[in-house]
Amino acid sequence: MNRWMPFEWIAALRFLREGRMQTLFIIAGVSVGIAVIVFMSALLTGLQANLTKRVLSSQSHVTLQPRDEIARPLRLDGEDLELAIVQMPLQRVRSIDQWQGLVRVLQDDPAIVAVSPVAAGSALAVRGDATRSVSIVGIEPDSYFRIVRLPDNIAAGTVRLSSQDIVIGTELARYLGIGVGDRLTLTSGVRTSGALTVTAIFDLGSRPVNERYVYIPLRTAQSLLDLIGCVTSIELTIADVYAAETVARRLQTMTGAAAYSWIATNAQFFSAVQAQSLSSGVIRLFVALSVALGIASVLVVSVIQRSKDIGILRAMGTSRGQTLRIFLIQGALIGLIGAVVGSALGAGGLLVFHDHVRQADGSELIPLVLERSLFVAAALLATLTGVLAAMAPALRASRLDPVVAIRG
Amino acid sequence: MADDVLRLEQVRKSYNVGRPTESEILHGIDLALGRGEFAALIGPSGSGKSTLLNIMGLLDRPTSGRLFVDGQDTSALDDRALTRLRGRSIGFVFQHHLLITAFTALENVMMPMLVERGFPDDAMKERALELLTGLGLEQWQHHLANALSGGQQQRVAVARALAMKPALVLADEPTGNLDTKSAEGVFEMMREVNRKSGTSFLIVTHSLEIARGCDRTIELVDGQIVASGTAPTAA
Ligand SMILES: Nc1ncnc2c1ncn2[C@@H]1O[C@H](COP(=O)(O)OP(=O)(O)O)[C@@H](O)[C@H]1O
Ligand SMILES: [Mg+2]
Repeated sequence: MNRWMPFEWIAALRFLREGRMQTLFIIAGVSVGIAVIVFMSALLTGLQANLTKRVLSSQSHVTLQPRDEIARPLRLDGEDLELAIVQMPLQRVRSIDQWQGLVRVLQDDPAIVAVSPVAAGSALAVRGDATRSVSIVGIEPDSYFRIVRLPDNIAAGTVRLSSQDIVIGTELARYLGIGVGDRLTLTSGVRTSGALTVTAIFDLGSRPVNERYVYIPLRTAQSLLDLIGCVTSIELTIADVYAAETVARRLQTMTGAAAYSWIATNAQFFSAVQAQSLSSGVIRLFVALSVALGIASVLVVSVIQRSKDIGILRAMGTSRGQTLRIFLIQGALIGLIGAVVGSALGAGGLLVFHDHVRQADGSELIPLVLERSLFVAAALLATLTGVLAAMAPALRASRLDPVVAIRG
Repeated sequence: MADDVLRLEQVRKSYNVGRPTESEILHGIDLALGRGEFAALIGPSGSGKSTLLNIMGLLDRPTSGRLFVDGQDTSALDDRALTRLRGRSIGFVFQHHLLITAFTALENVMMPMLVERGFPDDAMKERALELLTGLGLEQWQHHLANALSGGQQQRVAVARALAMKPALVLADEPTGNLDTKSAEGVFEMMREVNRKSGTSFLIVTHSLEIARGCDRTIELVDGQIVASGTAPTAA
């Protein structure tokens, strides 16, 4: 008996040790449950981080654009409407008013981490006989690369964007049959560029993006699209990714420009993620519930088996409170040991899954996210579950009539 | 009177109170047990001996009447206080379920002290070993309880009952499950403890041999004390 260990802990440990088989089986059961919970939680975290990363690798958190031109019904003096049916005006490529001033204001906003103006439009990429329609993204590389990390996603070459350079995606390079150092021209319908040199080929992990997007310097884009001095959007990175929608609404009121958050533009993605979290949450809840029921049922049996021991202990002066604690501690220990073993099993499962379940090209399907907080949470929750599950059996033990227990 | 370890005044006990099956098992028991007394409680099966013993040992409460343990009136005490008084003043030896099997002989003897003090210490270990040695049981100290024979277990149980230096040991048919030789051994041990330390004993027994070996015999029939003298009545 350890000197530092209180009576209740000594008794709880001895009872668990004496009921070896029961104890091993229930700990195994709890471990499997915790392993499933840990595995699912980590997988879900990895999956969501991965999806979020993919979405955000080619997209800013918030985009500011000029407001759509609104068709106003023609009015005569007074309230009478002259024409009830109105047609939307053709949406021309328009600029954000006074964008330089706006950029400075946004740079000072504490919620905003990076600001970059963009001139975008569509054009045809021409290389010999091959043509392909593309989306031009005219950028200032220094500020833009803080928003979309293009240099981190390069398949070939090195990103360099002087006025006659261009960076294209892997799919487009394949269609046009070109590589780093080759040239192509862009024609926008208004103007045609000179020959642009491909300095790098990117892979942003999304086929449509790799196929359609081309990055050129802001000035080159402005002249090509006939937008001298104008930008079509301002791209923003904000401090808290998941606060994007709130920030967007605030900026819209503040600037008068239209603000779109990545959350709003990916609403479908988000509802899918939410549905996934919800279903996985329900599954984990039920696993936790069956873990709790397992612990409770084993302890109920143990209280019945030990009723004579309890009776003798009570006759010797053990209080109801002490008796209660002996069984609560057993529940807590089963939960805690189950959590430790289960976390190890879950982590092992994740490692195996990560190594063996791969994408077609051998790259990882889902990143391995093993956060300490997950294991701490699992241990705390399992211990708490153990204590709660032990509550009914422990109360039963503490209320046992020693006379009945000893007579039995 | 002040030196009684136990005193009962008009103690009654009914089961199933308020139900059609209500029945009174003990009908107004008046009894006193002096310090250092070594008494046998005899009587036919079902006469209420165990019921009486459980009330005396504060495991059960009388339906009416008063009970003094070690001079203290117990009628006003709550469960907590009763438990504490029981732990300090009374040692038990039962017929069945003698020891807690998850612990060794030594640990079983330490148990009442551990329960009271909360943490194990050297003093209680020494005391337990001293008790086991004094009763000639030291060679079994590290055996788990269920590795011992019934007679050995019951002797360890007597040692355990003495751990807290109680004023009174209550034994409910302590030799009922033992062969004659073991029974004799356990009884002799209790007698010796009584002689040496002056601990009072009240022993429920069916054995005339044991009753004869006691200083006083109390006879219970149908919930009433019919004899409470010093000489055992002949069967
Ligand atoms: N919990 C109980 N409920 C109802 N009757 C009981 C209970 N315990 C004991 N009895 C009855 O009380 C009587 C005395 O029992 P007991 O004290 O065990 O007798 P003894 O120990 O002398 O054999 C018996 O008739 C028994 O059936
Ligand atoms: Mg009996």
